[in-house]
Amino acid sequence: MTTHRTSKRRLAAGTAVVLAAMLTATACGGSDTKKDEGKAGASGFNAGIGKVSNASDKKGGELKFVATQEADSWDPQRGYYGFMWDFARYYTRQLVSFKPAPGGESTELVPDLAAGKAEISDGGKTYKYTLKDNVSWEDGSPVTAQDIKYGIERTWAQDVISGGPVYLMQVLDPKTEYKGPYKDESADKLGLKAIETPDAKTIIFKLPQPNGDFEQMLAMPAASPVKQDKDTAAKYGLKPFSNGPYKIDSYEPNKSMKLSRNDKWKPESDTIRKALPDSISVTFMANADDMDKRLMNGEFDLDLNATGIGQAARATALKDHKANLDNGQTGFIRYAVFPQTVAPFDNIECRKAVIYAADHKSLQTARGGPQAGGDIAPNMLPLGIKGSDGKYDPYEVLKNDGKPNVEKAKEALKACGKPEGFKTTIAVRNNKPVEVATAVSLQNALKQVGIDAQVDQFDGAQTSGIIGSPKVVKEKGYGIIIMGWGADFPTGQGFSQPLVDGRFILQSGNNNFSELNDPAINGLFDQAIAETDPAKAGDIYKQMNQKVSEAAVYLPFVYDKTITWRSTRLTNAYTSDAYNGRYDYASLGVLK
Amino acid sequence: MTDMTKGATTGATGATGALNEPVPGGAPAPGRAFLEVRDLKVHFPTEDGLVKSVDGLTFSLEKGKTLGIVGESGSGKSVTSLGIMGLHRVGQYGRQRARISGEIWLDGKELLSADEDEVRRLRGRNIAMIFQDPLSAMHPYFTVGKQIAEAYRVHNKVDKKAARKRAVDLLDRVGIPEPHKRVDSYPHEFSGGMRQRAMIAMALVNNPELLIADEPTTALDVTVQAQILDLIRDLQQEFGSAVIMITHDLGVVAEMADELLVMYGGRCVERGSAEKVFYEPRHPYTWGLLGSMPRIDRDQTERLIPVKGSPPSLINIPSGCAFNPRCPYADVPKGNVTRTVRPELAAEDGGHHWSACHMSHEERTRIWTEEIAPKL
Amino acid sequence: MLAYLIRRFFAVIVMLLVITLVTFGIFFLFPKMIGTDPALYFVGKQSDPAAIEGIRQKMGLDDPILVQFGKFVVGLVAGRTYANGSDVTQCAAPCFGYSFKTEQEVWPLLTDWLPVTLSLAAGAVVLWVIGGVATGVISALKRGTVLDRSAMGIALAGVSLPIYFTGMLAIALFSDQLGWFGRPEASFAADPGSWFNGMILPWISLAFLYAAMYARLTRATMLEVLNEDYIRTARAKGLTEPVVIGKHAMRSTMTPILTVLGLDLGALMGGAVLTEYTFSLHGLGYSAVRAISDHDLPVILGITLISAFFVVAANLVVDLLYAVIDPRVRLS
Repeated sequence: MTTHRTSKRRLAAGTAVVLAAMLTATACGGSDTKKDEGKAGASGFNAGIGKVSNASDKKGGELKFVATQEADSWDPQRGYYGFMWDFARYYTRQLVSFKPAPGGESTELVPDLAAGKAEISDGGKTYKYTLKDNVSWEDGSPVTAQDIKYGIERTWAQDVISGGPVYLMQVLDPKTEYKGPYKDESADKLGLKAIETPDAKTIIFKLPQPNGDFEQMLAMPAASPVKQDKDTAAKYGLKPFSNGPYKIDSYEPNKSMKLSRNDKWKPESDTIRKALPDSISVTFMANADDMDKRLMNGEFDLDLNATGIGQAARATALKDHKANLDNGQTGFIRYAVFPQTVAPFDNIECRKAVIYAADHKSLQTARGGPQAGGDIAPNMLPLGIKGSDGKYDPYEVLKNDGKPNVEKAKEALKACGKPEGFKTTIAVRNNKPVEVATAVSLQNALKQVGIDAQVDQFDGAQTSGIIGSPKVVKEKGYGIIIMGWGADFPTGQGFSQPLVDGRFILQSGNNNFSELNDPAINGLFDQAIAETDPAKAGDIYKQMNQKVSEAAVYLPFVYDKTITWRSTRLTNAYTSDAYNGRYDYASLGVLK
Repeated sequence: MTDMTKGATTGATGATGALNEPVPGGAPAPGRAFLEVRDLKVHFPTEDGLVKSVDGLTFSLEKGKTLGIVGESGSGKSVTSLGIMGLHRVGQYGRQRARISGEIWLDGKELLSADEDEVRRLRGRNIAMIFQDPLSAMHPYFTVGKQIAEAYRVHNKVDKKAARKRAVDLLDRVGIPEPHKRVDSYPHEFSGGMRQRAMIAMALVNNPELLIADEPTTALDVTVQAQILDLIRDLQQEFGSAVIMITHDLGVVAEMADELLVMYGGRCVERGSAEKVFYEPRHPYTWGLLGSMPRIDRDQTERLIPVKGSPPSLINIPSGCAFNPRCPYADVPKGNVTRTVRPELAAEDGGHHWSACHMSHEERTRIWTEEIAPKL
Repeated sequence: MLAYLIRRFFAVIVMLLVITLVTFGIFFLFPKMIGTDPALYFVGKQSDPAAIEGIRQKMGLDDPILVQFGKFVVGLVAGRTYANGSDVTQCAAPCFGYSFKTEQEVWPLLTDWLPVTLSLAAGAVVLWVIGGVATGVISALKRGTVLDRSAMGIALAGVSLPIYFTGMLAIALFSDQLGWFGRPEASFAADPGSWFNGMILPWISLAFLYAAMYARLTRATMLEVLNEDYIRTARAKGLTEPVVIGKHAMRSTMTPILTVLGLDLGALMGGAVLTEYTFSLHGLGYSAVRAISDHDLPVILGITLISAFFVVAANLVVDLLYAVIDPRVRLS
């Protein structure tokens, strides 16, 4: 593997082909960072944003999830959907994990299986952890350093268990010299050289290059331990072996899942998971409208996918059940991007003309308005990420209250040498009605300054082969591409690098659609990644973000928000930035 | 009861006897004949207008006698039979009901004013009907035996076994070979002639006093036709029933009928004893029918006096004589009388013979003897 | 008769093979023709070349299409082993394929989903045949009246309104507002009463659509039959009107209805997609939608085949049944 792999935690929402239009677009819960009312709060509108709604330590009861979208896999090394990462904490633990706290504080990493913080040495290239004493599997056997190593190694077996994130592979073994545990010739199947396990309690990672976000990668489920004799390879996702507070009793894909307490889990070993409910159930259903209705009926506690209340039920929910709603940030940005290979977008002035001509207010409305859609975004770094600045408004979008700036757009067109405007094509996924609506909004706004844009709806299931291929983009003349993006882990590297680092341009599955390749920006990433102090890295990402804005290759629409449901009997509910604004599932409890 | 009625009429002189008295259109004394139809009108309201299928028909019939009703299709002959059966008023779901007036007396009972259930009890028992085209007139999904037995059981309190035996007997009687086997056959498994025999068996299963046969031989070839007609005649003699034979083919009824009634445009144009109407017809329409008659001794294509044109619309019946647009002699009577005045039935010379024509008796006798008869 | 049955049986087998081949071709050849790799559908979001190659090996996607087809057919009767080096997956006979999305064999999934679809169809068919035929007969007998017009109006609505709409309406009214019926969640084995209660709305919603069609069909057929000569004959025998309608006319009216019913049931066995979707019933139809949106080709193939089987089987049954109900039909 010579290229960096990129991917993103995107909720694949379009469940039903037949009724895709009835489902709202993908979105996740979110939060802002203010913590003005302390951590404990009652229920009420936004009671789970930045604070804990219905705080309680009461145990018992059944926590009932409902979902329209099944996980890609419940195998810790294979799952990539955001809700799976959140839910996986019920049955699997990592060396470090996200702090159980509302909002931005959740992005802080705390020891989980590890007894304490990592000992980092060798200029950020060696991480050493010691495991806690009383962590065990559901059969009572202890979780060992070897189990962790084996679990991580499974990611290398891409030919057998594909689908999960591969950051650890890229960081620990960039040349993919290791072939994965199933092809491992060594007797203990622990042949990966970058990880050393001198004893059952000690694990040492040796990175060829330092990476300030390495612990972020260790917090992903992909870094979970797997007990070798319980590894069923491709089928592991059907019944992962638990080392968390709950174990999987039954699971029928697309139908239901039931978890009960894992009595071998010792609460004193775990400072993250409250483990309040006696049991946890997930019901998978098809009809999203019916799901919203049944949430409001009180039959279920929350939507596992956290796609947000659908359009059909939204008005009723806001009117009659406002106290059960949280309207938070998802950490996603919805945007349009201009491939520089397609004329006239090779000219920065023509790109600026589109940014000025766009009606940001109308784009926000197309996304669902300020509540269901989100706040107008003036730049391309989400608010929860260090280095972001919601007031940085280089194109005066907020200053103009989101209205189009026709005068400046015309100036820019003149400077571009196209005073009469030009023709171009907007590419948009056909399975996302809301995105199509934004494309139409943009098309109308551009018409006002003489830019004639055709909307081309391409097969959303083929995204990586169409807009992910720079060749196809150029051939089809896609001057404007509409997309959305959320971070796999909440840092500038996690969010922005795949989008703007020139070294991330791929021939297939590309996400740097503008093909921005500015050595200055690339260099800033290198600096920030080598930086182990998050605050300092944040400062560098701030500069990076400004340079991206100046390049005028992105037209951000909104900081994505959603309206999520929290049942009245749900306790300890708060949204977590670390999980894209979903509730922190590991903390939830229910009143009986 | 049947025997008594039979006994009461055997002494009578037959159909012609009852036809002596009544003036056409007038009122014969009720209850004198076994069947008396007086001024029968059957009109169907439709979206296009009122269809006057039968528009004032009077005749009577005694037991043991046969009346032939002759006319082209659409002349009202089949509607007349349905009226007698009372079938015009059942099963008219959602449709405009037929308007019917006049009187139908059967064995002293007026049927048009009787309630439906009473008429239903007579249907199939006292009055039975043989329909044309037995393939469509028999239910395709039930065996012949079941259909016959059903007709028996509805009027007789017998078990299935007895009804089946009755069906076998009847099939045997109408000349079906191996009736105990064929009783379980379906209509489509029979030949055309056999089906018609089965149909007759079904009609006769309750020894009806009045048998109406509507074009009973239309679908059959000539040899079978003759067999079927023989069968009906034999059975009539055996059961002593009155028979109304409806046909467009004068030849079919010529030998069988005691009395003939020629219908045109819903009305009777000529009536009389079979010999009179057949050998001394006095209406140009009857001449036409005779001319159209297929005869074994002639080439089928050689029809000398065909009736030109097509039957009249029953919604807009031509004024005056309904036949005038097609009548070769319409201009013989002076003035415009054939187009303005409707001719009434009038007695011809020699007794049991009436016809409705504006031409004088002499004129018609001359035309018949000089122009028509030689060519037939 | 026996010769006929044997001949038909072989025809069915051949037809199923052809359907399998065509479906197989559509699902496995077509993606190649338009330049996408079916293996891509199974590797998740990571298009890691190793992952794609692994799937390709395991599924045997490099084989010529006919070889793949042959392996599939052999797998149907003898079971199959999917192997990629040491990564081996067994698929017991009858192997309808293996879902690399959920890592499950397809056949047990089908046998899991089929009873749901069957119970939905079975309950609905009773309702719609009774409701539809009764409405159609009454409408025919009351032709042109207000009753007829309103019944046919409702039937038109029933035919035109999508189940998603009527289903959601039924849920809102009878389940949420009145609280009479629940949603279909309990399994029959666990709690028959609650199962039955939960199935009522799906049955009604599905039956409404079909009842509407059957009412229209029944009405039209009944009106046609009432004009038949043999109905006049039945009346001429002196039969009472209930016997004429109930026995003679119904016998003929039911013949085309039974034919259509057989075919409809055959088609329904493949899943009532919208009803299952609306009520989140985990039957074949719902699972087909899921599989399509997940690009789970082996599952789509499996459901297509089982649906095809039922349609073909229903055709055979209808033909045989026709010989029973219509004495004029001879099997030869």
